[in-house]
Amino acid sequence: MSDHGYEQSAHPPVTAKTFVWVWIFLVGLTGIEVFLGYIQLEAKLMLTILLGLSVIKAGLIMSWFMHLKYERRSLTFWLVPAVLFCVGMMMAYFFWDSIRLGQFRLR
Amino acid sequence: MKSEAIASPWGGGASPFAMGSKKLGMWLFIVSDSLTFSALLIAYSYSRLNSPNWPRPFPFNPSIIFATVMTVVLLASSLTMVMGVSAASRGNRGAAVKWVLATMLGGLLFIGLHLREWFHLIGEGLRPFSNHWGSPLFGAVFFGVTGLHMTHVAIGVIYLGIISLGFGRGKFSAEDVEVSGLYWHFVDLVWMFVFPMVYIMSISPR
Repeated sequence: MSDHGYEQSAHPPVTAKTFVWVWIFLVGLTGIEVFLGYIQLEAKLMLTILLGLSVIKAGLIMSWFMHLKYERRSLTFWLVPAVLFCVGMMMAYFFWDSIRLGQFRLR
Repeated sequence: MKSEAIASPWGGGASPFAMGSKKLGMWLFIVSDSLTFSALLIAYSYSRLNSPNWPRPFPFNPSIIFATVMTVVLLASSLTMVMGVSAASRGNRGAAVKWVLATMLGGLLFIGLHLREWFHLIGEGLRPFSNHWGSPLFGAVFFGVTGLHMTHVAIGVIYLGIISLGFGRGKFSAEDVEVSGLYWHFVDLVWMFVFPMVYIMSISPR
């Protein structure tokens, strides 16, 4: 069909079952996050685990729901490093300052 | 006149990354929008680390349970969207429109629940520049981050409405549905960072 846009037919068909499984995984990971909140781990450890889980969830959403897994690999290698670089710049230039300011206040 | 250079993605002859310009445009938008949210969340972490009296006002029951329900609703709307996109790519217009409508319902439900939560917190005295719990920046962060996200959901619902209407009438192609799906999943993806950082990290200590 001509209105299918680009490369639609080249994608291996993803079944509804796969999507449901991905969804169950996402809900499960959310459940783990909520459980961690319930048992209240130490803040730094909890933040590390929560962000780790969030990155996994983002990866699942991008790979399957957003179809990135079936696009050209070069798209992933172009987009993901661009975002990581910019976020890294924000962290490197601004974020550590907050810790420094905290130390000033304590003195 | 189809030389190797012109046919290459960088020669302008073929479509870069073998995708349509609408889809590529949406990916570029998503990259820039993800940086907007990153900046907000980093600003939040910065303010929080910097404030000795940052509040943790959300009791596990009911606040976190309520937010978890919101998260599952948003995730469910992503599942219906993905079903809509695959129905559209199979050429099944009727089913695609129904799935997209279900997605819109999920989005509206999310906004409804979120507003309920907002009004509850406003009732408890939370304002963008003040609250009874601690650092006044908490309100700015909370309303700023969740408000921008809610705006994205609201725009998404309108966007999906236009797409489903147009696709049902044969005006839009399956690619248009897929592109709107990308946007919707991105909004879901952002919430996957907002939920742990703004909600779970703010559970009141027992």
